[in-house]
Parts: sequence; structure tokens; C-alpha cells
Amino acid sequence: MQKSLHIDPDKCTGCLQCELACSHVNEGVFNPAKSRIKVFNFHDQGRMVPYTCTQCDEAWCMQACPVDAITLDAETGAKVVSDALCVGCKVCTIACPFGTVNYNASTGKVIKCDLCGGDPECAKACPTAAITYVDANWTGLDRMRQWAAKTDAGAQAEA
Amino acid sequence: MAWARNVLRVNLTEGTCKNEPLNMDWAQKYLGQRGLATKYLVEETDPRVDPLSPDNKMIMTTGPLTGTCASTAGRYSVVTKGALTGAIACSNSGGFFGNEMKNAGYDMIIFEGRAPNPVYLLVENDNVQLIDASEFWGKSVWDTEEGIKAKHQDPLIRVASIGVAGEAGVKFACVVNDMHRAAGRSGVGTVMGSKNLKAVAIRGTLGVSVEDVGSFMQATAEGKQTLADNAVTGQGLPAYGTQVLMNVINEVGALPTRNHRDVQFEGAKNISAEAMAEPRADGKPNLVTNAACFGCTIACGRVSTVERSHYTVAERPEYQIASGGLEYEAAWALGAATGVDDLDALTFANFICNEQGIDPISFGATVGAAMELYEEGVIGDAETGGIECKFGSAKALTDLAELTGKGEGFGAEIGLGSKRLCEKYGKPELSMSVKGQEFPAYDSRGIQGMGLAYATANRGACHLRAYTVSSEILGVPEKTDPHVTEGKAGLVKAFQDATSAVDSSGLCVFTTFAWSLDDIAPQINAACEGDWTAEKLLEVGERVWNLERQYNCAAGFTGKDDNLPARLLKDAAKTGPAEGLTNGLDQMLPEYYEVRGWTDEGVPSNETVERLAL
Repeated sequence: MQKSLHIDPDKCTGCLQCELACSHVNEGVFNPAKSRIKVFNFHDQGRMVPYTCTQCDEAWCMQACPVDAITLDAETGAKVVSDALCVGCKVCTIACPFGTVNYNASTGKVIKCDLCGGDPECAKACPTAAITYVDANWTGLDRMRQWAAKTDAGAQAEA
Repeated sequence: MAWARNVLRVNLTEGTCKNEPLNMDWAQKYLGQRGLATKYLVEETDPRVDPLSPDNKMIMTTGPLTGTCASTAGRYSVVTKGALTGAIACSNSGGFFGNEMKNAGYDMIIFEGRAPNPVYLLVENDNVQLIDASEFWGKSVWDTEEGIKAKHQDPLIRVASIGVAGEAGVKFACVVNDMHRAAGRSGVGTVMGSKNLKAVAIRGTLGVSVEDVGSFMQATAEGKQTLADNAVTGQGLPAYGTQVLMNVINEVGALPTRNHRDVQFEGAKNISAEAMAEPRADGKPNLVTNAACFGCTIACGRVSTVERSHYTVAERPEYQIASGGLEYEAAWALGAATGVDDLDALTFANFICNEQGIDPISFGATVGAAMELYEEGVIGDAETGGIECKFGSAKALTDLAELTGKGEGFGAEIGLGSKRLCEKYGKPELSMSVKGQEFPAYDSRGIQGMGLAYATANRGACHLRAYTVSSEILGVPEKTDPHVTEGKAGLVKAFQDATSAVDSSGLCVFTTFAWSLDDIAPQINAACEGDWTAEKLLEVGERVWNLERQYNCAAGFTGKDDNLPARLLKDAAKTGPAEGLTNGLDQMLPEYYEVRGWTDEGVPSNETVERLAL
């Protein structure tokens, strides 16, 4: 069963544990500047929103790459950058409509979320379950359940 | 590892910025942040220096854990001689500035001298420059922070700055980072203003590593689980924030009200966490969300709005936003201390404190003192500029917040702090302060240990030096009777020493509702070189406490300054469970000196100095 990252911004406190976990597993240091997931703080609205690659099926980054350095991990559905092949041309960073592929000047390669091979550290590190790793076919399950709970079930509700 | 081992020394007079290695011998003895920066200040400055002279130094400092994934590990402190107190000042802040500083490769930044003209420091890893700040001078913290990010086209820059209050010499000005996180107390922002330093803007991308990463990940994961499982850090603080305390402290009769005339506030429920969650006229509650500082898995921070039709913001859309507050201390000072129970007025006044960089505790408490002066007829409309400065007046509170934030009109006198204000008008006894710093939100008649904690706190009256409320009211780590003085000398010392160690690590003291030093030591030990046990941390804490004390002694403070206002020692609490009680400081202080290993005059004895290798 394929899974995907599911983000519920309502639950996010903006603590950046996801960025710390991401940079730790990918770079070996705690460095939010090198995180593949980013939390945005819309201060005046009091909203914190984590954002990262959605792993498009028809991945524009993958199609744009002139050296085929971005490939599909069939098991997880992740689009994965090969450091050995990436030439740092940054065409993928332009192609991605969501801005989730970015250049890393210290290595000369691009970086993006690869779902940690199917066990994403950001989801494990999130203290409020704002980031979860769930059945890719049922990312709407929680929201459906919430609405279902509000549905008047007539006799059941009165019982 | 953990430490960046790098100090940035900025001489504002000369306009120079130089790197130097961190003194690692001192790091082993003082750990970091509060302790280590105090060591630098002690070694490099004369304790008798005028806090606002160029010879005073201001140190922004991180701890070894700052920037790591340990829960709450984003703290930094500003260490200097306090403008409000003339004592050692160490004001600790969260937000995201501390980790950015560490990520840029610095344990601390030492500011010396005074810039000939207003400047700000821009740090992008090892690219460091002082830049003319004339376009930001006279601007608020909020405008400065946004202005610097816009100017450098980099929204990821983190900024710590002063508002107009710090420029104008308001004695309790703060350094504010990330819009509403503050190194708040003792006037550290006033010192920054005296140096013509408007802001420090940092972008760090180097990363932070630790000594033994495997052990560190395990120790920090266990620590996070302990916080999540604890009722205070796992439930109370995330849900209600520090404001969870308002009704609790009121009920135990320890909520100082109207300049400590009373110990219970009839309007407490209107300014409590519960009130913040209730829908208002517009259908929305005051509270928008809770928010975390860097790396914090507790997330006690509050983000709130003022109701849009409220008189403070109805005509001012720029304040119809969500921003930081109310936290308990601010809600108390702006509310109970002044007798104001208008939650929107408090939220607005708190916005102004953040926007212009003033400490809401000292501000609110000083307004409370001014209200008593006004009601006593000591000052009148001529002094206040026509402001009807009566207890309970929301309008007086919010008008004075705006005036004090800019150091204008009667706000300039509020900006003196309560000690100087009350002395000026011949009523020094009405200042509710120790060593010139106003009390926070706990009345020491109803919580006896806090009286000793306030009297002996090295930065003046402070709840964050020995939070015995934790034991006396909340029962953490074990319950003690808040109405007795027995055992409080040892309790205060234990809290002071442990807190000094936590404040030197990069962690937040709020973790100690759930963590003891036994939980913290494995995290530090894995991150840092050296052998860090709970015992060693406690020794570091005691060493730091005594170093601060020595600084104050050299600055001219004596045992006579370990005192409380007569009101707390002579006027009994009028209502509540502590009715009839005064604070029994005289029963605690001699024993405290003894357990500290200090002389009868409150000076660390030669044996103590030797034992702690000071």
C-alpha cells in the first residue's frame, strides 16, 4: 500500500522539529536551512503551515531534468534525486509549480523530499501529529470522519 | 560539537567585528549561555560601571544545546549590567533567534562600546557587517524586523531589535525577537539602545552538530516523551499556556492586586486562560492558537487578537491582527496589578509592549504604582498629562502603554520604573520591587518561599530564578506548604542552582515541570564533550549563582538589598487562604545565607569561593 505525507496545519505549533529531523537524517546536522520540509509562519493570522513535496504522479521536476537524475521510487512513490547524476542545473526548481525542489549551494545539487525511503522522519518527529504518513488513497479520511461525526443520524443521535 | 567554539566580538565604537575562539576551559565550568556569558562579563568589565556607559558590554549568548533537536533548545540570553537595576542582568528569550545565531556559527556575540551613529549588525554566517540604521531609528520592533527582511530581500533572516522605548531610555526596555519574543527584564534593551545598536539580524545556514549523535537522539526522544506524558507540560501548558495559573493563583490568595494592596482580584476570571477561550461578541475567542518556540514540544505560547470593535483598535486596522500574548505574567501585570479586567485592553497593551519593546511586567507594575500615587493624591492630572490614572481604568493603561513605548509625556515617567518614580514623588515605599525591579505575579504573603526567592534573586525581583510556586502551589517536584517559612531556604537554593544550570544549557526552564537534572544531564552529556552528570550540572548552577552574587557585591549591593517592601512584611493579606499572613523573610534569610555558605552579610565566604573554584 502506498502512503503519503498528510499535513494538517491546524495542528502545527511551528516548533520546527520536522525541519530538525529532516536536516538531521539528510545532512547529518541540525540545520533548518537544509530541510526538505519547511514550516511557514503567517504571523498576523496566527497560522503555521508545514509544506513539502507532494510527490506528483506526473512529476514536472522529473520530466524537466535533462540528465534523468530524478527517478521514481516505485515502492514509495517518491521522486528521488540522484546526487551522482544531478548536475545542479536547477531546471527542476523552475519546473516545480510548488517550489518544493531547491538548490543546495554547499553541494551543488538540488534537494527535495524523498519520503526517507518510506519512513519519513518529519512525521515521526512531529509532536502534535500535524504531519502524518497515511494511506495515499485515504488522505481525506480524517476530514471525512470529522464531517461524518457532525452528520445528524436521526434515531441514532437521539439514542 | 554542540558549542560552535566561536565568539563574535563587535566593537561598536571602532566599528570592528572579529572572531575569537570560545574559552573552552570556562565552558567546562560555566556550560554556556547565562553562566558562560556572565563569566565573560565579569572578566571583561568593571561591575561598578554605569550600565548605559560605553564601558558596559552586552552579550547575546546561546547554550550548547541551542539549535539542536532537544525539546525547547532554541533559547538565547542577553547578559549585561541591567539599566533598571544596576545589577547583573540575564534576560532569556525563545522564538527562533537563538538557533539562527548558533546556525551562523556563534556561541555568543559580545557588543562593546557605543556606535557613533545608529547601526544594526547583519550576520550571514561568516559574513558580518555593521550597517547604518538611520532608516530604522525611531521605528518600532515590528517595522524594524519587517524592514530589515525587506531591505535584504530575505524573509528567512531572524531579527532581534529594540523599539522606540529602548532608544528613548525607558529603563525596562526589552530586546524583542521574532515580533513578540523578548529578552524582557532588567532593561537589557535600554543598554542596547545606549549603544546605538538598533538590531541584530542573523541568517545562519551552517548547522549544529553534537558529540554523540546516537545517544543524543535517544536521550532527547526520551525527554520529549517525558514532557508529553506530564500533566503540566503535556496538557496544561499546551492547552491554556502559562495563563492556566490566573485562576489558580487567585484562588490561593497570592495574586497581587492594585499594587499589592490586595492578594485577590475580583476580575481575575475575566482575564484568565478560560476567558481567552470564550467566544466574544464577534463570535471568535481572543485566543487564535498556541504556538511553539524553536524546537519546543510543549508550545505554551499564545497568539491572540483584540476584538475588532474594541476602542483600542476599531479605527486602527494595523492592530486588527493576531500576535503574541497574553502570557500569565503580562496578563497579571497589565491586569491585576492595575485592577483592569478588560481582556481586549490587556491584549492591546501587550501588543504595544511587544511592538515598542517594553517589559510588560515592569510596565504594568509601574502603572499600578502610579495609580496608587494618583489615588493618594500624590500626583494629579498635571503630572499625568490629563490621564485619569485610577485603578481599573483600561483607558489609562492603554494610553500609558503607547506613551511609555515611545518615552513620551507621562510615559517617560512610567519608563523610569516604579522605584525611581515613587522616589521622585517622595513615596519610595509604594514601589513593589527588589533591587529596583518590579515583582512578577505571585504575592509572597501567600507563597512564602517566593519572598526569599525575590529578595535574593540576582537580577532583582524575578519568578524565573527560583520558581518555588512549582513546589508550594503545584506540588512539583514535591508539595510544600506555601504558608510556612520552614525549609524554604534550602528549597530556594535548590531551585536557584538547578535553574541556573538549565539557563546555561540552551533549554527552557519550563521543561523543569517535568524534567529534573537527571533528565537533562543525559542530553547535555551526549551533546557536549566532557562528563556531564546531574551532580556536575548542579555544581555549575551553584557556581553561576555565586558568580552573579559576587558581581552584585562588587557593584555595590549588600545584604541590605536582599529585602522586600514593607507592605509585604507588615501589611497582612486581607482575604483568601493566606489572610492575616505577612512574608516571613527574616525567618528565612539567615538560614539561606548559611546554606549558601555566605557570611552574615550575604557575601560568599572564602571557603565557598574555593569550593566552587570561582
